[in-house]
Amino acid sequence: MARIELNGITKSFGAQRALKGLDLVVEDGEFFVLLGRTGAGKTTTLRVIAGLEKPDTGSVSIGNRDVGGWTAAERDVALVLQQYSLYPRLTVRGNLEFPLRSKVRRQSEEEIARRVDRAAKTLQITHLLDRKVERLSGGEMQRVSIGRAIVRQPSVFLMDEPLSALDAKLRESLRVELKKLHAELGATFLFVTHDQVEAMSMGDKIGVLQSGRLVQVGTPSEIYERPLNTFVARSVGSPPMNLIEGRLGAGGAEIGGYSLPVSAAALGARAVTFGVRPENVVLAGGAPAEARVFDIEDQGVIKILAMDMGDTRLHVTVPAGTRVARDEVVRFGWKPERVLTFDPASGVNLALG
Amino acid sequence: MADVMTRLEPNSRAAARGLSDLSIRNLFIIPTITFLIVFNVFPLIYSLYTGFTDYRASTTAPANWVGLANFRELLSDPFIWRNFTITAKYVVISVTGQVIVGFGLAMLLNRPMALKGLITTLLMLPMMLSPAVVGLFWKLLYDPSFGIINYFLGLGKFEWLADPQMALWAVAMVDIWMWSPFVMLLSLAGLSAVPKHLYEAAEIDRAGPFYTFFRITLPLVAPILMIAIIFRTMEAFKTFDHAYILSSQPTTELIAIRLYKMAFLEWQTGLSSAFAYIVLIVVVAITNIYVKYLNKAKAR
Repeated sequence: MARIELNGITKSFGAQRALKGLDLVVEDGEFFVLLGRTGAGKTTTLRVIAGLEKPDTGSVSIGNRDVGGWTAAERDVALVLQQYSLYPRLTVRGNLEFPLRSKVRRQSEEEIARRVDRAAKTLQITHLLDRKVERLSGGEMQRVSIGRAIVRQPSVFLMDEPLSALDAKLRESLRVELKKLHAELGATFLFVTHDQVEAMSMGDKIGVLQSGRLVQVGTPSEIYERPLNTFVARSVGSPPMNLIEGRLGAGGAEIGGYSLPVSAAALGARAVTFGVRPENVVLAGGAPAEARVFDIEDQGVIKILAMDMGDTRLHVTVPAGTRVARDEVVRFGWKPERVLTFDPASGVNLALG
Repeated sequence: MADVMTRLEPNSRAAARGLSDLSIRNLFIIPTITFLIVFNVFPLIYSLYTGFTDYRASTTAPANWVGLANFRELLSDPFIWRNFTITAKYVVISVTGQVIVGFGLAMLLNRPMALKGLITTLLMLPMMLSPAVVGLFWKLLYDPSFGIINYFLGLGKFEWLADPQMALWAVAMVDIWMWSPFVMLLSLAGLSAVPKHLYEAAEIDRAGPFYTFFRITLPLVAPILMIAIIFRTMEAFKTFDHAYILSSQPTTELIAIRLYKMAFLEWQTGLSSAFAYIVLIVVVAITNIYVKYLNKAKAR
């Protein structure tokens, strides 16, 4: 059992406070993705769990045992880093064997060979076993580095942006493989990334981290559909959610001089920030609002339009077959039931807060 | 000339000054080549020639071609072989000592600590001193009656530099003191180039300190350590200054000292030229062996 629990973790590096009272629970066997921008404290969180950093305050427990006083070696976690961290001058086999040959967990030769072969097979690197790690491509290196983590059969996998140094194609295929691996091993995965696509596609649960604090935890669809505030709302989805300043009136939403229907009218008349995802904006002839097309990005399946409604830039996704030209003035509406309302000052989702 | 000018970058400063690439090249290369020919290449070839003669720089007698007689005489002289043995022993002692002390110091310094820059600089002072000066003041330190070494070790009037067994060790000790900082400096560069995340990965993988050292640190520092060893071996092989000043024991007569005596006290110019060539060949051979290892270490 390897439930990870962080309670009130703070950690400062000099004057910079990386973590400010972080609480986090990762259930046993869960694939948890920690999403945040550079400097949000993602890596620090991982390093605190791994035992590479000591938190200033707060407690860390793995498998319901307080591991605060334990060293990294004692915690039985595996860590996969962005820089691969392969041991140079060794072969792939040498790297995979490395954790099994340490004095602390000496294994029999047959056991070592068996585990290495199985890990190599899982990651499809059997043909590389006798190659020096310097002669590997980036994708192969990252596979080896994941392999080195799985030979130990730890109960917790910590991954620090393991895919971000790889090219797009490889990233996609390794994403699938990692999910498969998680399903096979049944271990607890804590995966750190700044890439919302990775977070959305891999996580059982996503935790959104903002400057050292956890803002929201939920399944990918919860995070996507019901963001707690505008920060979370704009953290996932590409292009990001449109945020439009406006007023909630008796007749619905008033934005840029147009009136659009909303289903959240029960809140009473007040200034709000409307949040609407690009796919929930609809172009139609008789629609209530008007905007000028600024740019068109054709992605094959869909087109992404950037349009200006007054001073507000909106992003809209439309089917690729839609015929629209740059600088054309189009009429648009939205799906009223998919429009979110946020407090303009605090950014809090009014339906949830 | 016009042809060359047109090939220059139109807005290059050299073009503005009216200098072509070719003339700039000449400007830098000609003085160097001249210097090398006058002070290195010519003496090298000329001493090869004198090595085959009975020339003595102290007389006006003409040099007579003697063929391989000088080389034959040197290689059959048991005293010369003794000089080689002494030198080999000296090189092994001092280079080994320097690597152990220097690398150890580097390991100690390779961590965040207060006053690290100052400590490093102070540790490097010995190698900035003149070897002759070092020899002179170590002679005082080793002095049997008032030397501080005997005082601290409580050895009474032990004669470090006159004792046939200890003299070579005493001379090597001075070399270790003086040149360990050099090994330290290179090792430090090598150590700080080892990525920190490798150590973290090893910690996570539960590798012990020895395992980590032999599997990660040493392999990564080996090439640069090898360069330090090459340099120190070549230098130790030709040690003269402090050894000459410190001791005149037959057991401390290194090749360079023997060579000096032969050339400038006995004025056997032809013979000593031949001797110098033998030494040169030995040093080149040793260096080649090291370089081969170095390339192997790099290729891995």
